[in-house]
Amino acid sequence: MTEPAPDLTINTDLARQILVEFLRTEIQRAGFSHGVIGLSGGVDSALACYLAAEALGPENVLAVRMPYKTSAPESYEHAELVVRATGVQEKTLPVTPMADALFELVPDAGSIRRGNVFARLRMILLYDQSAEFQGLVVGTGNKTEILLGYTTLYGDSACALNPLGDLYKTQIRQLARAVGVPEVILAKPPSADLWAGQTDEGELGFTYEQVDRLLLLLVDGRYSPQACVEAGFSAKLVEQVIERIRRNQYKRLPPPIAKLSNRTIGYDFLYLRDWGT
Amino acid sequence: MRESAGRFTLAIAQISTRLGDVQGNLEKHLALARQARASGADLIQFPELSLTGYALQDLTPTVALRPNTKDPVFRHLLQASRGIDLIAGFVEADARSRFFIAAAYLSRGELVHIHRKVYLPTYGLFDEGRFFAWGDSVRAFDTRFGRVGMLICEDFWHASPPYLLWLDGADLLYFASASPGRGLSADPRLASASWVEHINQAYASLFTVFVAHANRVGFEDGLNFWGGSTVFDPDGRRVAQSPYHQEAVTLAELDLAQLSRTRTRLPLLRDERTALTLRELLRMQASGAGQAGGKEGGHD
Repeated sequence: MTEPAPDLTINTDLARQILVEFLRTEIQRAGFSHGVIGLSGGVDSALACYLAAEALGPENVLAVRMPYKTSAPESYEHAELVVRATGVQEKTLPVTPMADALFELVPDAGSIRRGNVFARLRMILLYDQSAEFQGLVVGTGNKTEILLGYTTLYGDSACALNPLGDLYKTQIRQLARAVGVPEVILAKPPSADLWAGQTDEGELGFTYEQVDRLLLLLVDGRYSPQACVEAGFSAKLVEQVIERIRRNQYKRLPPPIAKLSNRTIGYDFLYLRDWGT
Repeated sequence: MRESAGRFTLAIAQISTRLGDVQGNLEKHLALARQARASGADLIQFPELSLTGYALQDLTPTVALRPNTKDPVFRHLLQASRGIDLIAGFVEADARSRFFIAAAYLSRGELVHIHRKVYLPTYGLFDEGRFFAWGDSVRAFDTRFGRVGMLICEDFWHASPPYLLWLDGADLLYFASASPGRGLSADPRLASASWVEHINQAYASLFTVFVAHANRVGFEDGLNFWGGSTVFDPDGRRVAQSPYHQEAVTLAELDLAQLSRTRTRLPLLRDERTALTLRELLRMQASGAGQAGGKEGGHD
C-alpha cells in the first residue's frame, strides 16, 4: 500500500490575512508598534519577516542577522535578499565573539551543546535588540519542529508571539511562496546551519513532506498509531514520531510550579495575555 | 417601526471587544447604537459576550452584571433602547453568585427578555463549563418586530433549541457568537465559518424563519474570531452578509410578509407533528433508550 496524501494544502490568502492581522493586533495590544526578528536566511524567518513587514510597516521591523564564523555565506546573502525585498531595518550582530569566549571555557562541548549555545546567544541578542528597538520578538518556529521538539528551549523557541506555530513546514513553504519569498530560499534544504552540509532532514532521519503528512493524521486527524500504519506509514516511523512528540512535551509548556496554596499560577490563576485590552 | 408594513431594519454590529473592559465595550455599544439609529435601523444585534470579551476565565466574576435599571451599565443600554431595540451579550450574575453567558433584548427602555446559554462547550479549545452555570430554558418572546428567539453559539450547534423556539412561535431567530476561527484548508473559508453558515441556512430553510447571526471579530491571544455575520430569510436565501475578519455594521431590511409567502408554498410548520415528537421522546426517556435525556442528571 502506498502512503496516502493527507491534504496539507492551505488557502494562502486566508492564512496571510489572519496572521498579518494577528501580528498587528496582538503587538499593539501589548503596547508596542515594532517587531524584532532573527533572520537566518531560511524560509521560516523569511516568511515571518514578510508578514511582520506587512503588519507593522517595514520601517517598524528590525531584522537581526547573527552569523557565526562557520555559517554558510549564502545564509547571509539570502537574509540580505529578504531585507531588500521587504524594506525592513537591518542589523548584523555576529555571535562569534560571545560563542568563542564560551567555548574556551567548555572546549569539550559537542555539536548539540554548541548548537544550543548558538540558539541561546541569539536569543540574548534578540531580546537586547527588543529593548533597544522597543519591539516585540516575533517567533519563527513552525508546527513540525515544535511537535518534534527540534528546537532549543529558551533559544530559537523564545519569542513574544508566534505567527507560524500552527503551520507545518510544508504549509510554511506554500505561504512563503505566496507572499513572495525568493525561490532560492524556498528551494534549498532546510538547515540549522551549525556545520557545513548539515540539513534538518538529514538529522531527523525523514523528510518534512513525509512527517508532515503523518503529523496531520496523528495530531489533527486524531488517527490511532495503528490507523496511521494502515494508511501506509511505516510502523517504525509512526513509533519514532509519537515518541518524539511525547518526549518533547516539556519544551511546549512553562515549567510546572509545585502547588501548595489554594490558588496557584498555571493551575487556577487563569487569565489571557490580552487581559484588560 | 413601520409595523403596519411588516418591515423593519436590522443592524448587525460585528465588533471586536476589549477583554474584561466592560466600560470600554459599553461605549462602543452606545456609539454604534446611535449610528445604527441614524442609519434607519430599528434593532441592533451585538455578538456573544459583546460587553465583556470571550475568553474571560478568572475575569468572569469581575465583569458580571445584574440586568436592571440600577446597574450602571444596563442603565445606559436601557436608555439607548428608547431609540433603537438592542440585543447585547454579557455575563449575568444571579443572586446566588452563579454566572451565566447571557443575551438581553432591550426595547423602549425596558428589559424584554434574557436568554442564558444552555449549552456550554467544554471540549477542545473551549472551557465554558468550568467558569459558567448552565441556563435551563429556551423561550420565544414577543417584540415590536414579531415573536422571536435568541440563542448563543453552542446553543444552535444543537438542533433542539432552534426547534423548540420554532414550536414556541419564534419567526425570527437571533443567534450570537464569539466563534474562534479554526480549520484552515484549501477552502477560502475556515471550516468553522462554513459549518456555521451551513447550519444557519439550514435552520432558516427547515423552519421557514429568519435567522440572523451576529459573530464577533478580532483576536484574543492566538484566537481569531471570523465575523461573517449573516441573515437568511425563510426561503433560506442569504439576504445579508458581513465581511470576514473585519468590524462592520451590516443593515438588512426584513420583510415579515415573506414568512406567509414561504409557508403557503411550503407548509412545514403547519404539518409539524409535535405530539408525535413528544410521544417518541417520552417513550425513549421512559425506556432509557437512545440519548433522550442523556444530560438530565448532569446539567438540568
